Amino acid sequence: MSSEATAVHAHGHDTDEHLWDGGTPPFKASYGKLMMWYFLLTDAFTFAGFLIAYGALRFSSPIWPVPDVVFEKIPFFPEVKAPLVFVTFMTFVLIASSVTMVRAVQEGQRENKNGVVFWMFLTILGGATFLSCQAWEWKTLIVDEHTTIHTNPFSAHTEAGHFLEDAHGHPYEAGATAETFREGDGYLIHQDHETGEWIQRAYETESGTKGRLQFGPKAFGALFFFITGFHGFHVFSGVCFLLIIMLNAASGTYVKRKNGYEMVEKIGLYWHFVDLVWVFVFLVFYLL
Amino acid sequence: MGHLSYEEQKKLVIKGLKILGAITIIEVLLALLFNGHIISSFHKDHMSDSQMVTMALVGIYGLVMISLSLYKARFIVYNFMHLGSEVSGLRWSVLMPMLLLVWAIIAFFQEGNSWKKSREKIKKMNTEQIDSPQHSSSYLEYDEETSKILI
Repeated sequence: MSSEATAVHAHGHDTDEHLWDGGTPPFKASYGKLMMWYFLLTDAFTFAGFLIAYGALRFSSPIWPVPDVVFEKIPFFPEVKAPLVFVTFMTFVLIASSVTMVRAVQEGQRENKNGVVFWMFLTILGGATFLSCQAWEWKTLIVDEHTTIHTNPFSAHTEAGHFLEDAHGHPYEAGATAETFREGDGYLIHQDHETGEWIQRAYETESGTKGRLQFGPKAFGALFFFITGFHGFHVFSGVCFLLIIMLNAASGTYVKRKNGYEMVEKIGLYWHFVDLVWVFVFLVFYLL
Repeated sequence: MGHLSYEEQKKLVIKGLKILGAITIIEVLLALLFNGHIISSFHKDHMSDSQMVTMALVGIYGLVMISLSLYKARFIVYNFMHLGSEVSGLRWSVLMPMLLLVWAIIAFFQEGNSWKKSREKIKKMNTEQIDSPQHSSSYLEYDEETSKILI
């Protein structure tokens, strides 16, 4: 009986009637790997909950900040407007680190210790680079643009029109050409560098309505910092675990186990999941 | 993955890098082209033909973007995480629960849209009261649904 079950398992017939009788793993995966999959499933629901909350709040708002305006800064060149360039770079870094992780798992299956350590090291570098980029992005939003979890100076025009004041909040001088805007154009309310007062420029729309720039939907900051922060925390814990497992691999812990570096495969699953979540965070916050 | 040779595995990795990178670039270019108009262009009160066209374009744009991201997600799960090589029981026990999200997305986006309509209604009623003080008793004429919102 037991020899029969073993033979079936070896041939991979998972429809066999004895599959669930015990003695063989029906899913042909170790306990650790199986539980990593189910952990990732629950984590996917957590992220989905956050992103759906974001979607519901966004649908409930008549206007929403335009990502091209919110994410147009790049490091070292504060005057250059480069919409989405920096965050695209961040995405590439994460994709590249996912690819190096695949290589680490492949080398593990060949029991190549040096290969595992080398590719895991590159993966850790990628994760650390991503985190540094995110730190810079947060710093720009919080320190330079004064976006917090309760203040959102980013919004968009609901109607085309022109400004009645210049960028410093002073009325246009005679003969000056007024800056115009189209419906759907995004804007940022700046703060006066000296007084710290918000410069809510006066404008007039095409239908003749006059007004001042208003702050954007309040939930934006909290949603952005909470969701990208939660993802960043996943990246951070991923980097920590990658580091531990890389050191273990380097010290020969997994050589003795002779299971094709399964621990590397499990942290690999987690790392790809972090990349997977970023695909959707990237989509909803930066692209749509 | 087990049936692929080492060289084939390495090629698959390079292919993955190219595909994911290319799709990301296409997504970013499309996003820049559409300039973030997706949600704000929805739900126009007075729709002319050109606005209908805009809405259709926005709808197609949204679908294309979501499809591209879903393709990236599928590529990562099947080729990097090797879910396709696992036995079907494991595969479906991970994928099937995800179908619940289809309900959640429809339900909560619908709910968000409903909040927006309620807000617009209240805003409209408030401006009406300020503009015409002689009709200050007009709140009595609100229908039952509106009264619930006000409470």
